Amino acid sequence: MFTKKNILPGFNLSLGYTILYLSLIVLIPLSAAFIKTAELSFNEFWEVVSAPRVVASYKLTFGASLIGALINAVFGLLTAWVLVRYKFPGKKILDALVDLPFALPTAVAGITLATLYSAHGWIGAWLELLSIKVASTPLGVIVALTFIGLPFVVRTVQPVLEDLEAETEEAAASLGANRWQTFSKIVFPAIWPALLTGFSLAFARAIGEYGSVIFIAGNLPFVSEITPLIIYIKLDEHEYAQATAVAVVMLVISFLLLFAINGLQWWLSRRNNSSY
Amino acid sequence: MQTFKYLKKTLLISALFLPLTGLAADVSLLNVSYDPTRELYVDYNKAFASYWKNKTGDNVTIKQSHGGSGKQARSIIDGLDADVATLGLGYDVDQLYEKGKLIPKDWQKRLALNSSPYTSTIVLLIRKGNPKKIKDWDDLTKTGVSVITPNPKTSGGARWNYLAAWAYAQKQGGNEAKTQEFIRKLFKNVPVLDTGARGSTTTFAERGIGDVLIAWENEAFLAQKEFPGKYEIVIPSLSILAEPPVTVVDKYAKKHNTEAVAKAYLGYLYAEEGQEIAARNFYRPTLASIAKKYESQFPKVNLVKIDDDFGGWQVAQKKHFSDGGTFDQIYQK
Repeated sequence: MFTKKNILPGFNLSLGYTILYLSLIVLIPLSAAFIKTAELSFNEFWEVVSAPRVVASYKLTFGASLIGALINAVFGLLTAWVLVRYKFPGKKILDALVDLPFALPTAVAGITLATLYSAHGWIGAWLELLSIKVASTPLGVIVALTFIGLPFVVRTVQPVLEDLEAETEEAAASLGANRWQTFSKIVFPAIWPALLTGFSLAFARAIGEYGSVIFIAGNLPFVSEITPLIIYIKLDEHEYAQATAVAVVMLVISFLLLFAINGLQWWLSRRNNSSY
Repeated sequence: MQTFKYLKKTLLISALFLPLTGLAADVSLLNVSYDPTRELYVDYNKAFASYWKNKTGDNVTIKQSHGGSGKQARSIIDGLDADVATLGLGYDVDQLYEKGKLIPKDWQKRLALNSSPYTSTIVLLIRKGNPKKIKDWDDLTKTGVSVITPNPKTSGGARWNYLAAWAYAQKQGGNEAKTQEFIRKLFKNVPVLDTGARGSTTTFAERGIGDVLIAWENEAFLAQKEFPGKYEIVIPSLSILAEPPVTVVDKYAKKHNTEAVAKAYLGYLYAEEGQEIAARNFYRPTLASIAKKYESQFPKVNLVKIDDDFGGWQVAQKKHFSDGGTFDQIYQK
């Protein structure tokens, strides 16, 4: 198993630390959630996690996260492209702007978005004229989740695009490929795994998001109530086991989705490599 | 005025001798409270610290923690070692006994007036000029009226709101089904359920959403003070006596050896100065002399009580706000 000798020693030590670190930071807190949930019998568990209101919240949370991540995949790619391929004044500033959703406390983002998109806000007032309501609707949830997910796609795609030398495109063109062929056959396959990583990061981040959504969502049961809020409500009712039960369901769904995305990525990169 | 000068002098003199004697002990208290009491306890802590200094010579510093009442109770149960808890409703304090055994079961009997040194009530805050002609609870169920209230699941204040509306509907001669229908119609007019009372005030006052905010009286006064001339308060024909209770958290106070000062801290809330500070921060004082002094500030309201009309918090919580309670039924499809 460990037959290949590395030049730098220390595999055992570093693996040991990795496992210890992951256990302390990730595994132990997560398994605590599972242990707490085990206080419920299976029937109780099922009743809690399949209640219509809770199911409605899964749909909203996962649906809005997916839409937000898809929007980011498209526009994040565009942003990354512009930032890598073109030179224009103010580029540095634009580049720094991308990280803002990372740095801004989520509650600040939420309050700002809610104010902007409310019926009397700068943006909301105009949308109101078109009778589009954003604040206090599922649309508001999507807006918030798109906002917080933006940096993930840009920052994962950007370095790959930078590494992609313009020569490959020139070579493709000189061999007779048209613009679309160059993009779809040369550029896109190279950045696709990075784009997928960015997408899944943005998606995962959105699923767990609470702070920025809570102010803009409206939090109406069955309409705009996200799953993290359901968990919060259950905690406030001192129903800890029920809260962790819902959390466990979220965890499992998230894990399966991320696992599937990672699998897809692995498969894609293998297919790409073999075609060289 | 004379006494004030005298006080200043003594303080000055004692301050001069302080480094020499070094006898004064430094005590620290943690007061875990709910959302709208921030301003109240900032004032009160200053007053109590100087009172305690005069009485015992000890320096007491009080740290405050604020948040939604339910969340704060949970923090204490989970180990936030508060010496005193001053929460939004009795149910949350009950949990300190039920879930944490941090206080005795009969905690509410230990201090006068159900351990509620100050009270409040629920009022309606409307926009200037009352464009939607809102006068009482039944106006909130009309179509076209938009009502702002927080989520009773996460906000203590919202539970008082809910029960006040419930009491009104019940007194209209409605049976249980009619009462519930009234509440259902009211909540149909609610476009946003914020998680806390402060959040709802922001939604209404700063974001301009809704025609009426159901709010703590003190919160409504505060909003009026912050935005002069923009809002009016409507006193409904019936409301609820909100009693935010206070208690020493025995287990932690014992551990910190602060039982005496914690007890005095809560006791002084009932004294003249404490009551005056409460009244200045828009809480209704319970001491007759101060209540008289601030009579004009607090209009007379017909009030129901949680113990008399709802059978106490345990019963009310179970019936209305627990899983599957009347509030959940509103949104059931």
